[in-house]
Amino acid sequence: MKREKILVVLAGQPNCGKSTVFNALTGASQHVANYPGVTVEKMTGSYRRNGTRVEVVDLPGTYSLTSYSPEERVSRDFVLQENPSVVVNVVDASNLKRHLYLTFQLLEMQVPVVLNLNMMDVAGRRGLAINTQELGRLLGVEVVPTSMKTGQGKEDLKEAIARVADSDIGERLAQIDYGPMEPPLREIQDRLSETWKGPYAYPLRWLAVKLMEGDTDARERVRQGYSDPEACLDLVEHTRNAFESEHKETPERHIAYHRYQAAETISRSSVKPKKGIGRPLSDKVDRFVCNRFLGPAILIGVIYLLYYLSIVQGYNITNYTWPILAKLRALTEAITPSPGFIEIPIIRSFALWFVDSINALLNYIPIFFILFGLIAILEDSGYMPRMAFMLDRLFGRFGLHGQSTLPMVLGGIYVGGCAVPGVMACKGIPDERSRLATILIIPMLNCLAKVPLYVLLINIYFAAYRGMAMFFISTISLLMVLPVAKLLTLTVLKKRPTAPFIMEMPPYHLPTIRGVLGRAVERVWLFVRKIITIVAAVAVVIFVLLQFPGLTDNRMAHYQAEKDKAIEAFYEKIQGAPFTQNLQGDNLLALVLYWDVYKTAKMTAGGKEAVDKVNAEFEKKNALFFSIVKPGKDKTGRNANRALKKLVKDRNGLLREMRKERIDASFLGRLGKALEPATQWAGFNWRVNVALLSAFAAKESSVATLGALYDQGETGDQSLEQRMAEGEEGFTPLHALALMLFMVLYPPCIATTIMVKVQSGSFKWMLFSMFYPMALGLVVAMAVFTGGKALGLTGLQAMFVFYGLALTATIGMGLIKNRENFS
Amino acid sequence: MTLDELKPGSRCRIKGLSVRDKLGQRLLDMGVYPGTQLTVIRNAPLDDPMEVSLGGFFVSLRHDEARFVEVEPQ
Repeated sequence: MKREKILVVLAGQPNCGKSTVFNALTGASQHVANYPGVTVEKMTGSYRRNGTRVEVVDLPGTYSLTSYSPEERVSRDFVLQENPSVVVNVVDASNLKRHLYLTFQLLEMQVPVVLNLNMMDVAGRRGLAINTQELGRLLGVEVVPTSMKTGQGKEDLKEAIARVADSDIGERLAQIDYGPMEPPLREIQDRLSETWKGPYAYPLRWLAVKLMEGDTDARERVRQGYSDPEACLDLVEHTRNAFESEHKETPERHIAYHRYQAAETISRSSVKPKKGIGRPLSDKVDRFVCNRFLGPAILIGVIYLLYYLSIVQGYNITNYTWPILAKLRALTEAITPSPGFIEIPIIRSFALWFVDSINALLNYIPIFFILFGLIAILEDSGYMPRMAFMLDRLFGRFGLHGQSTLPMVLGGIYVGGCAVPGVMACKGIPDERSRLATILIIPMLNCLAKVPLYVLLINIYFAAYRGMAMFFISTISLLMVLPVAKLLTLTVLKKRPTAPFIMEMPPYHLPTIRGVLGRAVERVWLFVRKIITIVAAVAVVIFVLLQFPGLTDNRMAHYQAEKDKAIEAFYEKIQGAPFTQNLQGDNLLALVLYWDVYKTAKMTAGGKEAVDKVNAEFEKKNALFFSIVKPGKDKTGRNANRALKKLVKDRNGLLREMRKERIDASFLGRLGKALEPATQWAGFNWRVNVALLSAFAAKESSVATLGALYDQGETGDQSLEQRMAEGEEGFTPLHALALMLFMVLYPPCIATTIMVKVQSGSFKWMLFSMFYPMALGLVVAMAVFTGGKALGLTGLQAMFVFYGLALTATIGMGLIKNRENFS
Repeated sequence: MTLDELKPGSRCRIKGLSVRDKLGQRLLDMGVYPGTQLTVIRNAPLDDPMEVSLGGFFVSLRHDEARFVEVEPQ
């Protein structure tokens, strides 16, 4: 019988090479989604074979199929309820006994299984000989040996899938003999078969075994699908108790024991063991990597290297990529309507604002690409569990988990990360309480987007102590994050279930280039999508809020008059020059714009040759203008050049003033001012408020907005540092400190907020993740500013005092013990 | 004696588990069941968690969890 579509699921324990099998089968046609209601990832893909579409679903890797973890639950539900044509059970051929433990649970579910003995090459290297025919006979399933890393056996597997999909499973499947538990199992089975009326026809033996195991989910199924559930469940409870008192062993242990026994028997009769068991290479490596002294040193080295390569070297690469983005801006300048003397067309200013907002983020791509590539190497190599192993004690003290390490590294444990992938990586944390705590604190780490504001403020207000201030801000976030995490797990998260830490330490693997690049590209793509969607949308909103309602007619008339005055002065100065006639009306504006374009072109041109080329090009474009812009030794030309410079300066001054006035009167400006009475206690004036409000879209916007607030119009030759220092004369280092600390605790940006919603699976937590940092940030900023002022502390002194307090809070919080909650 | 009391390098046979439900099942699924030989490999740099080997399979667990595993040192 030929079907149009068949559904195949891949099941297996972690580290069996399942994702390699999945990639080999489905190639590039992969989709990621979540299982409904939970934050477990669902990978799907497909391939075509002889006209049949084969859908492949990659279940999460699990050691077992209980209902204690969401991964195991969704795997089990999928196999039972989606009615797959074939379940491909991927096992590590070099570790058969362990992996068969899961195989027996799949067989119990009475589904058509193909056993994929993967990693045969590894087994071969270890001197293991596996009799696949014998193994298939004993288990009652088809066995396909593969080494998927090299693609060996791929076609055989596809063939076996097609074969099994077209046949009945019959009675061949091996069944575990649970010994003394068989009579009670039969009794429960009989009872179930009598009046079962559920939506799915569960394999009765499977359900009986699960009930004996005490599986809560199985009990729930009985309640839903059985006409007299309580009587049946009473029978189960009674049988469990009777079994336990008779055999001095809990039923679940008895069941697990028999599964291992069966796995042992089968693997012994089909695998020829190697001679002499040496310590595996990975364990030898771990003697150094997890060593008491060397381990932490290597860990710090790895994290340092991660930052050095991505942040420092990645930043150097942006020197090469920035010109590309600058060209994008220049192109936008060229294709949008050109500006008038003091009237900038709204389309032009909007387009430039938009491009600037996006460029600020796109500039990070090289950094993120390197960062994500390195993280993928850490993940694939097997170093991640070692990190968790070494740091679990430390993080555990604060209600977090050893596996909080990766999210925190991604989020920016020192400086420079991004909360979006950080929050995304939290899904790997099995412990719900720790996972939520990690999700909630990730946004407080120092993401790359917060750095520009730190750098700006430090350069102005802590210039003499730059290194110290940078160290302070890099480490203070961790000292605030840890006590906050502890506080959260002791209060709002107290009732959340925890999970045992128990974690496999898998053998080390050599990462593949394809795997690493694939992951890096995928994560960068996620970041780019964030930019072109959410951030861009919010940039538009903020533009509108900053631009409107705009200047009154009255003020506009005032600026017109000023403009006329400046132009008049220019004509007066060049009186008598031969080209005066050629500089009337629109031609004068053309000259001013020509000047702007020429300056920009000269600035972006690198090297003398390029400058010469620019000169030649502009001379060709307009010889007269060129003789004024670059006058040489000609006296009238130089005179005109001076006059033009003055005119340009006047024009820029006017544009700046208009802009300032417009923002001042804008909606956002008004909101910033309305907040001033409250935020003044934190030392924030309305301009800072506006910058902070705009940062909610993306943290980079804070500096971008400050840039706009202290802007000088179309062209600028002063750095933002200079402009801000001049614009805010009353600002002290204490102001800057309060502002920086607020920024550390600042609520997550919109993209992160959405990721929090996805990963926590709840709207409530999303809102919480927005409001508690805001409250906390304001309290901290006010305490530092108002308190520091009252005590007469300088910014630097306040910095030391705050650091001491944060350190004390961290140590104090670390001493309180969290209660486990395994239920 | 319980597993959390063992020092790195010691070998033992698992005698029993004194915990059920989530933690108990997890231990069973990772191969910690009575009769199995176990070697304590090392403690983490901060002493917790510990790493054990179950016949070539390496597992790390916290001492707080290991105290539910009754063992017989060898």
